[in-house]
Amino acid sequence: MNDISAQLIEQVKQAANDNTALQIIGGGSKDFMGRTPTGTPISIKAHSGIISYEPVELVLTARAGTPLSQIKEALSEHQQMMAFEPPLFDGNATLGGTLACHLSGAARAWSGSIRDHVLGIRLINGKGEHLRFGGQVMKNVAGYDVSRMQAGAMGTLGIISEVSLKIMPKPAASLTVAQDMDAAQAIETMNRLSGQAVPLTGACWLNNTLYLRLAGAKSAVETTAREWQGSALDHGDAFWEALGDQRLDFFASDAPLWRFSVKSSAAHVMPNENWLIDWGGAQRWLKGDFNKAELEAIAENMGGQVSLYRGGNRDSEVFHTQPEALKLIHQRLKHAFDPNAIFNPGRLYSWM
Amino acid sequence: MSQSQKPDKMALATMFRAFLAPEYVICDEETQKPFECDGLSVYCDMPLLVVLPGTVEQVQEVMRICHRYEIPVVARGAGTGLCAGAMPNPDGVLLVLSRFKHILEIDPLARSARLQPGVRNLAISEAASHYGLYYGPDPSSQIACSIGGNVAENSGGVHCLKYGLTVHNLLKVEMVTVEGEIITLGSEGLDNNGIDLMALITGSEGLLGVITEVTVKLLPTPSIAQVIMAAFDSVQAAGDAVGGVIAKGIIPAGLEMMDSPAIIAAEAFAHAGYPTDAQALLLCELDGSEAEVIEQIAQVEQLFIDFGATATRVSQSEAERALLWKGRKSAFPAVGRISPDYYCMDGTIPRSQLAFVLTEMQKLSDHYGLKVANVFHAGDGNLHPLILFDANVAGELERTEEFGSKILELCVKVGGCITGEHGVGVEKIRQMAVQFNDEELTQFHAIKHAFDPNGLLNPGKGIPILKRCQEYRSLDAIKNDARQGEPA
Repeated sequence: MNDISAQLIEQVKQAANDNTALQIIGGGSKDFMGRTPTGTPISIKAHSGIISYEPVELVLTARAGTPLSQIKEALSEHQQMMAFEPPLFDGNATLGGTLACHLSGAARAWSGSIRDHVLGIRLINGKGEHLRFGGQVMKNVAGYDVSRMQAGAMGTLGIISEVSLKIMPKPAASLTVAQDMDAAQAIETMNRLSGQAVPLTGACWLNNTLYLRLAGAKSAVETTAREWQGSALDHGDAFWEALGDQRLDFFASDAPLWRFSVKSSAAHVMPNENWLIDWGGAQRWLKGDFNKAELEAIAENMGGQVSLYRGGNRDSEVFHTQPEALKLIHQRLKHAFDPNAIFNPGRLYSWM
Repeated sequence: MSQSQKPDKMALATMFRAFLAPEYVICDEETQKPFECDGLSVYCDMPLLVVLPGTVEQVQEVMRICHRYEIPVVARGAGTGLCAGAMPNPDGVLLVLSRFKHILEIDPLARSARLQPGVRNLAISEAASHYGLYYGPDPSSQIACSIGGNVAENSGGVHCLKYGLTVHNLLKVEMVTVEGEIITLGSEGLDNNGIDLMALITGSEGLLGVITEVTVKLLPTPSIAQVIMAAFDSVQAAGDAVGGVIAKGIIPAGLEMMDSPAIIAAEAFAHAGYPTDAQALLLCELDGSEAEVIEQIAQVEQLFIDFGATATRVSQSEAERALLWKGRKSAFPAVGRISPDYYCMDGTIPRSQLAFVLTEMQKLSDHYGLKVANVFHAGDGNLHPLILFDANVAGELERTEEFGSKILELCVKVGGCITGEHGVGVEKIRQMAVQFNDEELTQFHAIKHAFDPNGLLNPGKGIPILKRCQEYRSLDAIKNDARQGEPA
């Protein structure tokens, strides 16, 4: 429960002055993400604690180093939750790191990602200025949306020091239904059901089984479940938690793990490979050694992108290649926030 | 390219007419007149030229020419905006995108729609309704406003708390840069690699690029929606009841509040059956599956009674639901009937501060001698005070604007912000200095510079120059000092 922002600002100013790179570290739970980290470690972990939480306002503000598990616990006392269901990674995941890496769980396709729930942030830019963007209210269109812009920037624009989140009530009831089917059939089913007015909040396929989660008012969950085929799964919540936390057996492997973010209805590809399909078809995990350029072409055909999420060659590019025009905008924005290029250089792309 | 080589108005028109039919390059004052302002008509100006391209290639060509000669460009959609964000620049081109009105594709399985920027907000839901789908954000101008403008302003509506703003309902945006190059932000997937440029563009008020195509998410139409009306004898009690609904774990599709002056005006206009003796009225809409709505309607009605509602009414038919909403949706024109002019503000506040803010606002209302009616998106804390005034009375518009700026400063003071959904534009550019300090504004300028180094896109809007901010802040300090010296 500490505010170490003054110390962080001092370190940033020093680094800017000396032109030394800083490697921003929270709980260290996502060290495996992005390109190989470089630079002097700067730890945010001690910059921790919930600053304010108003259950009736549906808003929580916490320092970036606060573990998500702590936030989850505080919210649970009021039957509330982070609706984007972020991975907690054994309690090590922090709020700031989760925003920087833009990670969400199984409900993402229906409830949105952390980016969709961020209301405001405080950010230490490359000049060591402690800036405030957005706020603690649901709607705010004053100035550019610097808060959401941090989602997926991998800390390259500054040190996120504080985050305000929109909080949602926990659903009163939930139920998981499982049915056997192949991937093509599962993709069609997930998308078709997503177009119906039912309380669907999870749809995942692996090992020739489609898992569907219903969550909401008790009456709605039960009525829908009665209409659907398949059998109710015992300990359904544990399945979705393990999925979101990437603890399922599928993830326990040293093989490179690729993350496809594509059009939810895109046809299944490479059917003989090892896939896990989540987010109603919009996120697809692939395991194994592949050529990144070839996967990028496939992902683009599927209306989206691919990144090397874990393992493989992290000295090469791991995120989807940006077109030249967007690369230029990225570089200019990087310069706009971090003129001396001190924050996580090369972590997102080699060229920024 | 130096200033001296800048083409004059007619030379520029000739360049545009090389690829645009003559009627789409408007030079004469009479034909330009309808374009002099957006929905906030107290701010108007005439542009150098109005151009109405019909293809993306033509937009690119307009941008290339303007870039070459450093001519300002203001993009405009349907012109329904409420912050003078589309007010023309006297030395620039007004780039009107109203000819881009085609729905390019609806994908019912993937639940998405690919749209030209001039497609009207309501037209999206109308087209999607054939598939049991609709588009979530529903600003009150939805019959006329277009999706390109919705993206530029990050438009909201009455269903934001549950279904989000424009930024939450986008997949992909195609944009033409100030140099005339096409870029695509986002994808048909949900998460994208790199900096989230789509979030940055959403709500950027035409300062970073010209939006030429938008792909939105579509949602399944709820099986049923019902609305509860509840009357209260104080704003505080109504505000507490809203908190009660949230605390119960229910997220209504819409949750609106009106104060007494707004109730009286709306009832006189719409005859919705609002109790005109109430001090506050809540409209709470619940939607979803039938079982869910029946369960929650009963819970919410009981809760309103527990929080002291003096009357409640649940819609029993679609017609009754529409009638109950009609009063709220026509609150602005209804207020327009009881006053020669009105000025709509757009602050946001933490809901818990509502009673305090309304009390303070009443003090300001007395001070300025101007009445105010309040319409409130209670679910998400977005307050629309409507200041009643008469522009024909000398000095009243100026007093109204000063009253308005005091309201916005009050919103910031209690932890809110100066604009929830209307945008900054020209209108609130001075109040940006209240919400942001110089370092933050400098960061905004640096972002702008990354897209538009010469400042050609919608100049003078959105982000104030620092010198003006210092003037505004010091002016305000002087006024405050003077006021503190006044007898109470």
